[in-house]
Amino acid sequence: MGHGESDIEALLEIRNLHAGIDDIQILKGIDLSIAPGEIHAIMGRNGSGKTTAANIIMGHPDFEVEEGEVLLSGDNLLELEPWERAREGVFLSFQYPQAVPGLQVGNFLRKSVASIRGEEAAKGADFRRELNEAMDTLDIPRSFLSRYVNDGFSGGEKKRFEILQLLLLKPKLAILDETDSGLDIDGIKTVAAGINAAVRGTDSAALIITHYSRILEHVQPDKIHVLIGGQIVATGGPELAMKLEERGYEWLDSKAEAEGIA
Amino acid sequence: MPSNQVAQEAVGDYKAGWHDPENSSIRFDFGLSEQVVREISAIKEEPQWMTDIRVKAFHHFMERPMPTWGSTELLNSIKFDEICYFLRSGEGTEDDWDDVPEAIRNTFDKLGIPEAEQKWLSGVTAQYESEAVYHSIREDLEKQGVIFLDMDSGLREHEDIVKKYFCSIIPYQDNKFSALNTAVWSGGSFIYVPKGVHVEMPVQAYFRINAKNMGQFERTLIIADEGSSIHYVEGCTAPTYSTDSLHSAVVELIAMPGAYIRYTTIQNWSNNVYNLVTKRGIAHENSTIEWVDGNIGSKLTMKYPAVILKGEGSHAEVISVAYAGEGMHQDAGAKVHHLASNTTSKILSKSITKNGGRGSYRGLVSVSKKAENCKVNVVCDALILDEQSQSDTYPTMEIKNPSCRCEHEASVSKVSDDQLFYLMSRGHSEDEALAMIVNGFFEPFVRELPMEYAVELNQLMALEMEGSIG
Repeated sequence: MGHGESDIEALLEIRNLHAGIDDIQILKGIDLSIAPGEIHAIMGRNGSGKTTAANIIMGHPDFEVEEGEVLLSGDNLLELEPWERAREGVFLSFQYPQAVPGLQVGNFLRKSVASIRGEEAAKGADFRRELNEAMDTLDIPRSFLSRYVNDGFSGGEKKRFEILQLLLLKPKLAILDETDSGLDIDGIKTVAAGINAAVRGTDSAALIITHYSRILEHVQPDKIHVLIGGQIVATGGPELAMKLEERGYEWLDSKAEAEGIA
Repeated sequence: MPSNQVAQEAVGDYKAGWHDPENSSIRFDFGLSEQVVREISAIKEEPQWMTDIRVKAFHHFMERPMPTWGSTELLNSIKFDEICYFLRSGEGTEDDWDDVPEAIRNTFDKLGIPEAEQKWLSGVTAQYESEAVYHSIREDLEKQGVIFLDMDSGLREHEDIVKKYFCSIIPYQDNKFSALNTAVWSGGSFIYVPKGVHVEMPVQAYFRINAKNMGQFERTLIIADEGSSIHYVEGCTAPTYSTDSLHSAVVELIAMPGAYIRYTTIQNWSNNVYNLVTKRGIAHENSTIEWVDGNIGSKLTMKYPAVILKGEGSHAEVISVAYAGEGMHQDAGAKVHHLASNTTSKILSKSITKNGGRGSYRGLVSVSKKAENCKVNVVCDALILDEQSQSDTYPTMEIKNPSCRCEHEASVSKVSDDQLFYLMSRGHSEDEALAMIVNGFFEPFVRELPMEYAVELNQLMALEMEGSIG
C-alpha cells in the first residue's frame, strides 16, 4: 500500500525489442512496461507488428529476436521454450486458434491446467466447480467439453474457448490477440467480462491487442499504445482510444513519418 | 538388473523387445518341405483329411508366385529356408498359469496378460511360438455351451465343426500366404458361440514369438451362431532381433443370421517381423462383422481384413490405424463385398508415417449387380510427420448396381508449426504436443477399443513420438 507506480517491479518489461521473421524486420525498437494488476492495449492497423509482438512474447519458433529484452518479473523470457513461458505464467489468446481433431476439450483443459498450475489443481470436485463457473461466465454449454479442440468451432466459439482457457490457466500475463475480431456486441461483452474476471482485483496483467476501441469500452485499459511501422508512436489513457475512434490512425501517420518510421 | 539394461539399449523404445532363453521340447530344422508339413501333422496326430489339405496347400504355396504388388522388394527378400516352421516350448496347454513354464509365464506377466484376464476378460489363450501354452474360459460361458479353445484342441475335440468351416471362407488357393498358413498352421483360436448367447466381456488371444527366425502360423476360426455375439481381441509382440521372423496367420469368421462379431487386433510386432495375414468373414442375414485393426509394429505388414456381405441387411465395419516408423511399411486396408441387398459397410482407415516409414491404404469395395440399396462409406486419412515419410492410397470401387449410395473421402495432412505452437503455449512440451495431435488423429479408432487397450495405445504412441521433432 502506498507505493508509487515506479516502486512496483514491472510484471512485463520490454526493452528496445527488435524482431522479425524470415529476415524481415517487423518490430523496430519497442519499449513497454506493465505493472501487476494493469490492463494495457496495443492498437494499430494490420501489418503494424501487433501479432508479431504477441508471438515474440509467447515464443513462436518462427520469429527471431535481433535485439532487446523481454522480462517477466525480472526474468529473461527469451531464453525459455514456449511451454516454459506458459508455466511461468504467460498466456496468449490466439487470433486464429488451431484445431486439433480428436483432442477433447475437457481432456485438453484438464491436461493444460495440470501442466501449468500443477496436477492437484486439475483434480477432483474443486476443478469441476471452477470449470463450471468459468463456463457459466462465458455462456458455454456443458456439451462443449466433449467436442474436439477448435474443430468445427464458429469464430465466436473459438474466442470464448480462448477466454475459458484464460480463466482456468490463471496466468500472470494474458496477451489477447484480436480476441474481439469477428464478435458481435454480446460476444464482446462476454469476452470482456472474462478478461475483467481474470485480471481485475488480482496481481495479473493483460495486454490487449486490437484494431478497434469497442472492446476497450468494456475493459477500461490503464494505458493504450499505438503501434505503427513496428514502433510505439503514442501512449496515453482511455482518451487515446476515443481519439483513434474519431480520427482514425492518419493523424499519427504524419508523426510516424516525421520520426522516420513508416 | 544389468541384463535388462543391456536389453533395453538394444531394443530402444520398443518395450516388448526382450527375449527369453530358448528352451524347446521340439524344434524343427530351418526350411520348408513336404516332409516338414507331414511331420507337423503327425506330431499333432491329425486326421488324414487335415494332412491331405496341408500337403495340397504346401504344393500350391511352392508353385504360387509372390504377389507383384505391395512391397515386392521386401516380399522377395523373405528367406523361407531360414525360418523355423514349428517349435514346441511347453509340455502342453495349461489352464492354470502356475503350470506354465516359469520363463514363459514371466513373459506373459510382463505383458500384463494374467492381470487383464482377472479384471475384464471372459477367456484367454496365450500362444508362445507355435502352440498355446495357456488357455482358460470363464465357467459360466462354458456352461452356456460357448467353445473357446486353441485351434489344435478345437480340431481334436470338434472335428466335425472344424471340417465343415476350415478353408470355407479362405481357401488355401486364395493367396500365397493363405497356402503357406494352411500347410504349416499351428495354434490360433477356435470359437463357437451357440444361438442367442452373448459373450459380454471380450475374449483375448495373445501371440508371442520368442525365438529367432521363427515362423508363427496361427489359424483362427470363429463361428457365431444365430443371434449371438462375441468380441475377440488379439495382441502380438516379439523380441527385436537383427534377423527376420515371419508371422502369417489366417482368420475365418462366420456370422450366422443376426449374429455380431467384433475382432480387434493390436499388432505391435518388433520391426524385424514380416506380418502377412489373411482375414475374412462371411456375414449372413442381418448380422454384423467388425474388424478393428491396429497395426503399430512389424517390418512389413500386408493385411486387408475382409467381409463378404452375403445375407440381406448385413453390415460390415473395418476401422484401422497404421503407424509406420523407421524401416517399416504398413500396407493395410480393407475389402468388403456386397452380395446382397440392403447391406451396409463403413471403412475408416488412418495412417501415420514418420522417420521414413511408409503407409499405404489398399481397399476394395464391390457391390454386385443384384444387390439393391447398399450403402458404402469409405474414409481414409493420412498424417505425415516429416519429409522422409510416405503415404499412398489405392482405393478401388466396383459398383455394379446403380442404387448404391457410395461415399468416399480421403485426406492427407501434416502437423503444422502453428498447431504445435498453440499446444505448447498451453504448457505442453513439443513431444507432448505432438503426442496430443497424433492421439487425436487416432481417436476415432481408440474410442472403439476397450478402455484398457485405449490407455495402452495412447501411451505407446506417446512413446513413439518422443524426440521426433527438431
